Amino acid sequence: MAIDVATVRKVARLARIAEPEERLAALASELTGILDWIEQLDEVDTDGVEPMTTSVAQALPMRDDVVTDGGSADRILANAPRRVGDFFVVPKVVE
Amino acid sequence: MSDLTSLTLKAALDGLSAKAFSAVELTSAHVAAVEKARALNAYILETPEKALAMAKASDARRATGEAGALEGVPLGVKDLFCTEGVRSTAGSKILGAFVPTYESTVTANLWRDGAVMLGKLNMDEFAMGSSNESSAWGAVVNPWRATDGNAPLTPGGSSGGSAAAVAAHLCLGATATDTGGSIRQPAAFTGTVGVKPTYGRCSRWGIVAFASSLDQAGPMARTVEDAAILLRSMAGHDVKDSTSLNVETPNFASYCGRSVKGLRVGVPKEYRVDGMPPEIDALWEQGIAWLRDAGCEIVEVSLPHTKYALPAYYIVAPAEASSNLARYDGMRYGLRVEGANLTETYENTRAKGFGAEVKRRILIGTYVLSAGYYDAYYLKALKVRRRIADDFDQAWEKVDALLTPTAPSAAFQLGDKSDDPVAMYLNDIFTVTVNLAGLPGMSVPAGVDAQGLPLGLQLIGRALDEGTLFSLGSALEKAADFRAKPRKWW
Repeated sequence: MAIDVATVRKVARLARIAEPEERLAALASELTGILDWIEQLDEVDTDGVEPMTTSVAQALPMRDDVVTDGGSADRILANAPRRVGDFFVVPKVVE
Repeated sequence: MSDLTSLTLKAALDGLSAKAFSAVELTSAHVAAVEKARALNAYILETPEKALAMAKASDARRATGEAGALEGVPLGVKDLFCTEGVRSTAGSKILGAFVPTYESTVTANLWRDGAVMLGKLNMDEFAMGSSNESSAWGAVVNPWRATDGNAPLTPGGSSGGSAAAVAAHLCLGATATDTGGSIRQPAAFTGTVGVKPTYGRCSRWGIVAFASSLDQAGPMARTVEDAAILLRSMAGHDVKDSTSLNVETPNFASYCGRSVKGLRVGVPKEYRVDGMPPEIDALWEQGIAWLRDAGCEIVEVSLPHTKYALPAYYIVAPAEASSNLARYDGMRYGLRVEGANLTETYENTRAKGFGAEVKRRILIGTYVLSAGYYDAYYLKALKVRRRIADDFDQAWEKVDALLTPTAPSAAFQLGDKSDDPVAMYLNDIFTVTVNLAGLPGMSVPAGVDAQGLPLGLQLIGRALDEGTLFSLGSALEKAADFRAKPRKWW
């Protein structure tokens, strides 16, 4: 399926990646090329086939619902782009 | 190269044990080799002081009789593994200054067993690539060159730094990861051994995530036995990874050199693809003959959905990547590029922080997961994935392992495929099926082409049956007697 410039703009927005307007046409053509190649999957008969999300044939392990870690604010904040005290500083979210 | 860097990992362990040299001497020799080989761009961070401190501590432990399974062995670590207090970038600008405050389980296991870290190895950004050219730190250069040329070749990817460092004797072995072929294809391109274990064999905890249902860590080394020794230390159950398998870790090295007589080895006819160089086909035939001579029964098998594995992978992996990489928002760690508001800050951060291939895959992943396309693309790919896994299950009724080429070509020139994403993706045509099915795979160097460049053969096994692969791999290694080395130009 051909992907147009409007679709690329929308997908880039959903992915939160700023793509300059002049890049969109080239991206549309690249993505179209890749998806055209992917569409050969339509040849495969998948009627009644169960989707495979993992190759691990085990149930998700359970553990007791208890605190196992914590008290490491400094380690968590060590790579913060901006911090004040024990807080991450982020752009204003609510006007 | 000095004598100590020419040793295999096993020989180095024996030498350390016999007190022929110390861990400090062994490490110093490797540190010096690393410094002289910067033209390869294999290491993106050298940690010589840490290496020497770890080697000194290792010598002290050995003196008290407390030697671990990798006591004093200097290794390189792919930069996808988080290492406490040591910058870990995943080959990306967005993590360009990231210093983890924790250690990945796999590397922690290596240090527990006494290994020494030489530094962090270059890789394609977020492990997305087959040539190492997507690294924010520049491409790794393959130590191998064609006999009649000096053009720089790719070491493969994404574990290109690991492969180049092992091939150029800049470590005794290295950690790597494989999501679609990122251990095995670089191993084939550099004449080294690479093992992608069964999904769940090695903990993914502390490894920067690319596609979580496919990512698996494994070793790269210069011999099959060295890879077996490394894998035993790397593997093991970890409660911090819910997909980590709670199974015993075998002594993989004990499988090396075992008789392979009577093993049934399958040859999947669908791996004979159009346009494959005749040399690769000939090497495959040679590999079949070697295993037959060693007593294996060769059986032709069919894996009919093979050709659909790559397109299915290029839905599943980008979909998982787009979700995993959503965490890079510039708020808690990594790069932040401020904008006029929160959304613009996200968008600017990710536009500046990610490279072209990573953005391309995030966009594909976002598209195939978006409303209206989820069923047509993502769900369809998951169903095709099941059919690919079923193909293998049917093969296991007839055979114990499979033999295929590792890659459809030898190492190509840097820049050759960088303008054509699909041509680049086709590098993984023989390796990606294994990731989708969660099976173990191994690449063993088996010969050189007319240009003197190494070629690899791939062995694929049943889930958790790495042991058989190590037996067959060492049989191939013995028959191939691969002794070619890159001529030293660096």
